[in-house]
Amino acid sequence: MANSALPRPDMPGPQPVEEAKVIATPAPRAAPLLQASSGEISDRIFKSVIVLCGLAVLGLLVLIVYELVLRSRLSWHAFGFGFFTGSEWDPVNEHFGALPFVYGTLMSSLLALVIAVPLSVGVAVFTTEMCPPRLRGPLSFFVELLAAIPSVIYGLWAIFVLVPLLSDHVEPFLARSLGWTRMFDGPPLGIGMLAAGIILAIMIIPIIASITREVLMVVPQHQREAALALGATRWEMIRIGVLRNARAGIVGGIILGLGRALGETMAVTMVIGNSPDISRSLFAPGYTMASVLANEFAEATGNIHLSALVEIGLALFLVTIVVNTLARLLVWTVTRGQPASTHA
Amino acid sequence: MPEATHTIESRHSVPPISWSRRATDHAMTGVAILTVVLVLVPLVAIFGYLLYRGVSSLNWAFLTQTPRPPGETGGGVANGIVGSAIILGIASLLGVPLGIGAGIYLAEYGRNRLGDTVRFTADVLNGVPSIVIGIVAYAIVVLYQKHFSALAGGVALAMMMIPTISRTTEEMLLLVPRALREAAYGLGIPRWRTTLSITLRAATSGVLTGVMLAFARVAGETAPLLFTTLGNEFWNLRLDQPTGALPLQIFNYAKSPYDDWHRQAWAGALVLILLIVSSIAAVRFAVRRGSFGAA
Repeated sequence: MANSALPRPDMPGPQPVEEAKVIATPAPRAAPLLQASSGEISDRIFKSVIVLCGLAVLGLLVLIVYELVLRSRLSWHAFGFGFFTGSEWDPVNEHFGALPFVYGTLMSSLLALVIAVPLSVGVAVFTTEMCPPRLRGPLSFFVELLAAIPSVIYGLWAIFVLVPLLSDHVEPFLARSLGWTRMFDGPPLGIGMLAAGIILAIMIIPIIASITREVLMVVPQHQREAALALGATRWEMIRIGVLRNARAGIVGGIILGLGRALGETMAVTMVIGNSPDISRSLFAPGYTMASVLANEFAEATGNIHLSALVEIGLALFLVTIVVNTLARLLVWTVTRGQPASTHA
Repeated sequence: MPEATHTIESRHSVPPISWSRRATDHAMTGVAILTVVLVLVPLVAIFGYLLYRGVSSLNWAFLTQTPRPPGETGGGVANGIVGSAIILGIASLLGVPLGIGAGIYLAEYGRNRLGDTVRFTADVLNGVPSIVIGIVAYAIVVLYQKHFSALAGGVALAMMMIPTISRTTEEMLLLVPRALREAAYGLGIPRWRTTLSITLRAATSGVLTGVMLAFARVAGETAPLLFTTLGNEFWNLRLDQPTGALPLQIFNYAKSPYDDWHRQAWAGALVLILLIVSSIAAVRFAVRRGSFGAA
């Protein structure tokens, strides 16, 4: 108590001094304060630059939508929704209907899926569930190597290797054995819907296979063990314990492959035959939305032609956006909680 | 996994597995192996043909001369190779900084709703067909310049690089341990300095991997160049003029009716795939030796 009482008389004295010190301190404190604020300023500048970079990604999407909508207005006003139901494509008389292209895009992509899905799922199941661990790395590397080949090289290979093979051997065989379905009618030209479907299938296999593999790998190990403990064979374990759990993700991968197939341009343009007809036969030449852009855009004859082409581009864009969004959501529901993988 | 299979099978848990189930199991294994073979056949066939037709067509003239008039033999694609280099250079100059910047945003500032939107947009943009990107580049560059140009092609390819690079950069930055950032903050290093010299540095090899993969992906792109750079049979080093590009020349030669051009298309394809595979291989090599950033 005495201790505390002792300073008390002094307090009135030092107090003003302390106040004076407080007023005086800005000088010594100035240096760190200034440093901090310059760090703050550069931090703020850095952050705004970085945020701008992030916003650029959004801007890119807005730009794409804006330009596509703006440049396709002419065609939209001229043809309305009939643009997608009309089957006449006549640049000379400026009459445009995109149905043959829509049909060609859908047909070639579906054909590609029919071929690619069983193969990709098979490869993914083999790499994750069956193959010796030593083979796993090289095998997925080779499959992903398919993804690294540029589209134009697929097209080149298809023109000079796949098409002759189809016209000389595969198509005559299909016509003889399955001709009655009327899906394999007509002269075996090699070039046509079938060739486009096959080359697309080869191109989307790596996508579907790698997503499926990823999805299979995140299926909890105890699902497999539970199936085996119940006496399942390996295949039953894969069917019940693995594939069933990964269903949504596999469908997501398939849809992602579909998205790629819909927009694929070069290889398809090189082998599909580029003729705007709708034919039931898979041997017949066709035309896709992307191909007509590739072939006619640079040489479009007039504003309305160009606008019609941009409208096809817009439709292609919207379809792929919807398809990709759906796929991402599906894959996400399965791999959620898992660290993002680095497939590219 | 296989251990579990073996123990259970060797013990023969009470009801023995019936003949038909066992047969199905073997059959499905066979089917899976068959699918692998069927998928590897085109891969082998494509690379085989590329080597077979490409190597025999590759010569010095092909790499150093410009195309001859249609129908004449000889000539090369030197202008296309240089043109591709120019276009890819423009694309990288525009796309790499923006892509890495967007990736930094996503990793360091993007843990919020805006970040999620940007992230989702990048994923969606990744799936936009390259030919559609070409239309946009046409609309924003070619229509203003009034003619086709290398710049327009570069812009198109840059637009394709940004979403890919931003997502891989983000993934790589997130792999860098938080403690490293916190240590830097603790030393009083400002946030921007931490991001650039600590976090980004630690993730360098991973970020570079992403950049190279994006580069490899756009290097072979043809569709967005069709109506942006258009192609050119002669030398052009000006950025505002139509320029030759290797993929475009492969496409034009493959469609042509001339045998010699077909031969050159194969040679061009071989050069292109070597460029792509070597950049991917370089990445793999760098990653093996690289820091944890790429783990």
